[in-house]
Amino acid sequence: MARVSDRSQSIAERIAAASEAGTPLAITGSGSKAFYGRAPQGEALDVTGHRGIVNYDPTELVLTARGGTPLAEIETALDAEGQMLAFEPPRYGGGGTLGGAVAAGLSGPRRPFTGAVRDMMLGTRVANGRGEIMRFGGEVMKNVAGYDVSRLMAGSLGTLGVILEISLKVLPRPVAAHTVVLETPMGDVFRHSEDWLRRGMPLSATAHDGERLYVRLSGARSAVEDATRALGGERIDDAPGFWRSVRDHTHDFFTSEGPPLWRLALPPGAPLPALDGALFSEWAGKQLWLRSAADAESIRRETARLGGHATLFRGGDRSGEVFHPLEAVTLRLHRELKRAFDPAGVLNPGRLYPNL
Amino acid sequence: MSAHALFRPEDTRFQVDADRLIERLARVLPAEGLVVDEDARRPYECDGLAAYKQLPLLVAIPDTIAQVQEVMAICSELNVPVVARGSGTSLSGGSLPHPQGVLLSLARFNRVKHIDAERRLARVEPGVRNLAITEAAAPHGLYYAPDPSSQIACSIGGNVGENAGGVHCLKYGLTVHNVVELTVVTVDGDLVTIGSEAPDSPGYDLLALFHGSEGMLGVIVDITVQLLPNPLTKDVLMASFDRVEDGGRAVAAIIAAGIIPGGLEMMDGPATRAAEDFVHAGYDIEAGAILICELDGSAAEVADQREAVEAVMREHGATAIQVAADDAEKARFWAGRKAAFPAAGRLAPDYYCMDGTIPRKHLATVLQRISEISEAHGLQTINVFHAGDGNLHPLILFDANQPGQLEAAEAVGSAILQLCVEVGGTVTGEHGVGMEKINEMCVQFASAEIEQFHAVKRAFDPQGLLNPGKAIPTLNRCAEFGKLHVHKGELPHPELERL
Ligand SMILES: Cc1cc2nc3c(=O)[nH]c(=O)nc-3n(C[C@H](O)[C@H](O)[C@H](O)COP(=O)(O)OP(=O)(O)OC[C@H]3O[C@@H](n4cnc5c(N)ncnc54)[C@H](O)[C@@H]3O)c2cc1C
Ligand SMILES: Cc1cc2nc3c(=O)[nH]c(=O)nc-3n(C[C@H](O)[C@H](O)[C@H](O)COP(=O)(O)OP(=O)(O)OC[C@H]3O[C@@H](n4cnc5c(N)ncnc54)[C@H](O)[C@@H]3O)c2cc1C
Repeated sequence: MARVSDRSQSIAERIAAASEAGTPLAITGSGSKAFYGRAPQGEALDVTGHRGIVNYDPTELVLTARGGTPLAEIETALDAEGQMLAFEPPRYGGGGTLGGAVAAGLSGPRRPFTGAVRDMMLGTRVANGRGEIMRFGGEVMKNVAGYDVSRLMAGSLGTLGVILEISLKVLPRPVAAHTVVLETPMGDVFRHSEDWLRRGMPLSATAHDGERLYVRLSGARSAVEDATRALGGERIDDAPGFWRSVRDHTHDFFTSEGPPLWRLALPPGAPLPALDGALFSEWAGKQLWLRSAADAESIRRETARLGGHATLFRGGDRSGEVFHPLEAVTLRLHRELKRAFDPAGVLNPGRLYPNL
Repeated sequence: MSAHALFRPEDTRFQVDADRLIERLARVLPAEGLVVDEDARRPYECDGLAAYKQLPLLVAIPDTIAQVQEVMAICSELNVPVVARGSGTSLSGGSLPHPQGVLLSLARFNRVKHIDAERRLARVEPGVRNLAITEAAAPHGLYYAPDPSSQIACSIGGNVGENAGGVHCLKYGLTVHNVVELTVVTVDGDLVTIGSEAPDSPGYDLLALFHGSEGMLGVIVDITVQLLPNPLTKDVLMASFDRVEDGGRAVAAIIAAGIIPGGLEMMDGPATRAAEDFVHAGYDIEAGAILICELDGSAAEVADQREAVEAVMREHGATAIQVAADDAEKARFWAGRKAAFPAAGRLAPDYYCMDGTIPRKHLATVLQRISEISEAHGLQTINVFHAGDGNLHPLILFDANQPGQLEAAEAVGSAILQLCVEVGGTVTGEHGVGMEKINEMCVQFASAEIEQFHAVKRAFDPQGLLNPGKAIPTLNRCAEFGKLHVHKGELPHPELERL
């Protein structure tokens, strides 16, 4: 039984009191991403009780739910109507909440082909650092009234506001899907996927585990069949299970004991980084996972040289810079924005950057 | 629309020493890049919303990014407002000049710097016309997806400023989904890179925040957009319906069937007849509404989808369906839709284009109410819209030479926007708030939200120099307009104690 409850007022009051007293709050969803970001500090503000799907209209392609709603609940509702969260948010541990997914801003395997979490954001209801409840955007596809605060919330790690409600664009689930496995070097993933896309193939994910390339095709039955024939390659037994293991990091690459896990975001066509460690490639080569004991500085320098940025994703030192350091002007704008939403600095302070 | 009450006292609070400003700017701009003479400033006095006119104090037309930085540094130092202008096709008065300020034209920034065909990226200057990007990409079999009807004229900088949309946005997204990196000059002249060629960048999503920010947060001087491969196959269908409601239900059913067409546009009967008179596209002038649907993808996929779409259309009462036989016919089907605005211009001496988005399920009621509102004011409104997105563009027909008609058109427009909010939609889907819809912002947003917008603005522009008086109303303005939105009764008049 799905539990439904609206805790907006009590959350807002709690924040207002914390703001008054200057008490830092650590916004806690299910805790599925407790490992992510800089180490949390402050009193826990549990938002999991604030949950439930508020509105879901399949023919409008829009779903609105409270921040603490478990992703699993949302996915079940969408599944019943043949729809999906096209950005395939990771559900680490299975209990992730929608608010946490948006706040973390992480997207799964389909991201380079249909868009990231921010691309699907239509509206939000948030409580800012003063405990004021505000609504931005809405449930319609096109909306340019006021600044796009909704998209700004994606990836802000709860430092700008507690996300009380989210309206997302959802998409029809493709009627057909097939996964092809090919023997090809990791360095060739971008070149291949570009070629396939230009030939009209319905790519919906790529993953290279260091040995083999997994290509998921999804779309109209005819398009998937044509592309499968053209690509050849092998089948795997449990394709959905494989993609789940990539999405939720339960694949061996992620679970085995080892050095810290880094996420590298790279421009299209970037060569593989010259770094020691093991690599796992996703997103047509634009997202690389690196397990490496190399020092943070050399990882960052090499990633930046290739035009990208590196995040210390899991493990390592969480008291330093977990996210790629910002340039001086950008950092100033970040501080000013943080102040605009949370003048007392009580929401997840330091989780994204020190002094933010 | 009328020239009354454009700028409020709080928006024109600046004390500008014009001579000193001219002297300082003349040192950094080329001679022809500083327009002081009144006749030469005249062409800049309005944008695509011609009823609002205002001469700028000066026009600056820099050639280089360094000059833009210097202009901004000087204006910051001397506390002078600045309005960025691309092609000036905004329909909401977004690039309307400020009487005490510099109009900063980006017209000279018109180079496509680099087409990276292999990586499907284009690096362009902000003044490049939207269509020019696709033209430059075409030899490589690529195109830039967002295609506002004004694409032949509007600039990519202005597209970011308004988060412009077009026919292809249903499937391929708005400007915000297709731009990857911006270089921006801040209000005090710093240069900053926002976004990146990588799929995301560290920190807050400033890239999203800049889209639709209407020149209020910084001046965009360089843009990298993503290009798409040309679709292998494209089919264009045109269906007639007796009633707009049937067409609306067909749209919902197509989407419920899991099909996202490349474009899905509707015109009501009067709009169809006006377009047909204008371009002779072969439209069904007996129809109560026509729906144009473009499907793209691989040949097999398009064939599958066409079959499904035709079946859905029939099931929902399509009285006729035509499938374009060749490229010429596809172009013909689209020609009338794309020419709907000029076609409206032939029905009446003047027309006023509105822009609101609604949840699609309310289409029939909203169109009915629009016609009632128009009638009550003695005017006619015809409707063309991005049906797939629920983005309406009612065209209110009037004659500015008839006493009272301009005011009536304004009243109809305002009532339509308020109706959009009432059914859960928004006062602007793509044309922006600008100066035009600033009062209606008070209907859509409560005072805390408006204050939050001002706080965001202050983070980038503490002195409030960038495009003052636009996009975000002051609470004083809302109080005078007499409207502040009450959220479903949750916050009864929270504005009162704040004013
Ligand atoms: C008593 C206690 C002990 C802890 N011990 C540890 C520990 O030993 N090790 C450790 O690493 N962490 C620890 N934490 C941190 C804590 O686990 C995380 O801060 C929290 O559980 C993260 O949950 P989550 O939000 O990641 O879940 P997710 O739902 O995955 O959220 C991810 C991110 O989004 C933010 N967020 C979630 N929901 C919202 C929302 N609705 N609006 C805005 N932002 C939101 C979160 O703050 C977080 O930044 C502890 C916390 C407490 C209170
Ligand atoms: C006939 C017609 C049809 C139209 N159809 C559509 C349509 O289908 N879809 C749609 O979305 N719009 C449409 N429009 C509206 C208009 O074309 C768009 O809003 C367009 O994006 C404006 O671009 P512009 O270069 O003319 O910008 P301008 O009018 O010059 O400026 C618009 C706003 O952007 C800001 N700005 C401009 N350049 C910069 C810069 N470099 N840095 C910072 N801020 C900047 C300005 O300050 C202003 O606030 C139409 C307009 C007309 C006249």
